[in-house]
Amino acid sequence: MVVTWRKPKPVGQRPPLMRMDGVDKVFPGGIRALHDMTLQVNEGDFVSLLGPSGCGKSTALRLIAGLMQPTRGEIRWEGTAEIGVVFQEPTLMPWATVEENVYLPFRLKHRRFVQVAEDIRLALRLVGLEGFARAYPRELSGGMKMRVSIARAMVTRPKLILMDEPFAALDEITRHKLNKDLLELKEKISSTVIFVTHSVFESVFLSDRIVVMAARPGRVFRELAVPAPYPRGEEFRTSADYAALCRTASDTLHHAMGESA
Amino acid sequence: MTVTDTTEPLIDAGEQARLTARRRERVLRWLLPMLTVIAALVLWDRIVVWNAIPHYILPGPGLVARTLVQDAPILFPALLVTLQITLMALAVAVIGGVGLAVLFSLSRWTEMCFYPFAVILQVTPVVAIAPLIFIYVENRLVGLLLCAWIVAFFPILSNTSLGLRSTDPNLRDLYTIYGASRWQRLRYLQLPTALPYFLGGLRIAGGLSLIGAVVAEYVAGTGGIGSGLAFRILEAGYRLNIPRMFAALALIALTGIVIFAALSLISHLALRKWHESAVRRTE
Ligand SMILES: Nc1ncnc2c1ncn2[C@@H]1O[C@H](COP(=O)(O)OP(=O)(O)O)[C@@H](O)[C@H]1O
Ligand SMILES: [Mg+2]
Repeated sequence: MVVTWRKPKPVGQRPPLMRMDGVDKVFPGGIRALHDMTLQVNEGDFVSLLGPSGCGKSTALRLIAGLMQPTRGEIRWEGTAEIGVVFQEPTLMPWATVEENVYLPFRLKHRRFVQVAEDIRLALRLVGLEGFARAYPRELSGGMKMRVSIARAMVTRPKLILMDEPFAALDEITRHKLNKDLLELKEKISSTVIFVTHSVFESVFLSDRIVVMAARPGRVFRELAVPAPYPRGEEFRTSADYAALCRTASDTLHHAMGESA
Repeated sequence: MTVTDTTEPLIDAGEQARLTARRRERVLRWLLPMLTVIAALVLWDRIVVWNAIPHYILPGPGLVARTLVQDAPILFPALLVTLQITLMALAVAVIGGVGLAVLFSLSRWTEMCFYPFAVILQVTPVVAIAPLIFIYVENRLVGLLLCAWIVAFFPILSNTSLGLRSTDPNLRDLYTIYGASRWQRLRYLQLPTALPYFLGGLRIAGGLSLIGAVVAEYVAGTGGIGSGLAFRILEAGYRLNIPRMFAALALIALTGIVIFAALSLISHLALRKWHESAVRRTE
């Protein structure tokens, strides 16, 4: 299989992609959803935002996606912002087949289906849904719908993929499988990912950096590096390193929650 | 997609019972209503015969059927006239209802300005407006259409409006992120979302446009373009031709049923691939 996406450089040599600088978001009524958030994302990064609910993770993603403007501070991109998004729900159009759903980003860019049919086929093959192009979402399981959602987010090969607790509603087994597949997928297409989760294990398994956040006001509490090499598989998940990293992340998270509570 | 099991199918007693129940229900769903209708007709017939009710007070079902055949040269042209107005009114109601709904969804200001008028038209009984319409509108066909349209367009407008507003917020965000134009949002997101709502409104509007057409005919009387079923009922009433009144009534009821069935079929065909209301459970 020939996949011609960008290959990532080692951490430390990656060119910058996007930077949030002292970003505040205040909602009407004075709710400070985010306070002074600074985050640097480089090409090829897999960054997790880890924190209790209400600490502004979704708000941060929505700001990065350009769905709303920061109250203070700025978000700077190297070049143009090209993003793909995966929400907690698969968010598929029930009246459209799997391939039509994956076609959506192209359709909105006025590309003809035949011009991009190959990209769509490849995206579906990468998420393991080759045989389901003509199926309707209601015929698929929760995990499969999520895969379609992921295929749609990556089919245009965006610079950055934003994922907001994409696997939170799935069962443990499906979730593990999807975590593993997501890493393989990321290896293949070398995209940059910001992944929101409130699961310590998920964040350690997936990311090379974990941004631990605290609530009231939502803010970055600490940034942790996960120095384990990719590809990561079942050996990593059962290793002592992984356990130690989870312990650190978990302690940091508790610390963050204790401080804000 | 499906795994076919080649071994002997094993079914426990509970599942077997459920299967039987489902099969029985499939048959009864058709059989029961037919039996009750037949029973009602027989009862009607017996009451007329046993009480020796004269046919100019209450004709039996047999006489009504015979009248339907005998008076066919009068009744069927009338049916065509009524049907024509009904279908034209329904078509205009679809165009007007969907058009207004789309306009309202494109511009909140338009909606705020004109929605009250739509409600006023809806809540005012058409029999009350119809005489005025026939005073102001010269053309009788246009007048009839207008009456039927006033009755029929509102369910389409309000249902379609609701549908256009019921898009998934996450999908809305997705469209924003991909820089969708207003037109693309309407075409690829709002209209498909609104389709089941619209079809629900359409089924109501089908019956209402028949009612509108009949009521308008009553008000308009005859003249101009041939006479519809309502006029035939009035006329038969003046002549105390009760069997013909019943025959015409039966035709109107039948027409209503056929319209409803046809619209339900259209709705089913349009939604059967994806909408929960139309997909058959794969059990
Ligand atoms: N549109 C909004 N209007 C007002 N308050 C909001 C809005 N969106 C989020 N918030 C508030 O901002 C805070 C952070 O929310 P969110 O970013 O969704 O947290 P998380 O995703 O980490 O659970 C919460 O207190 C939430 O109630
Ligand atoms: Mg959230």
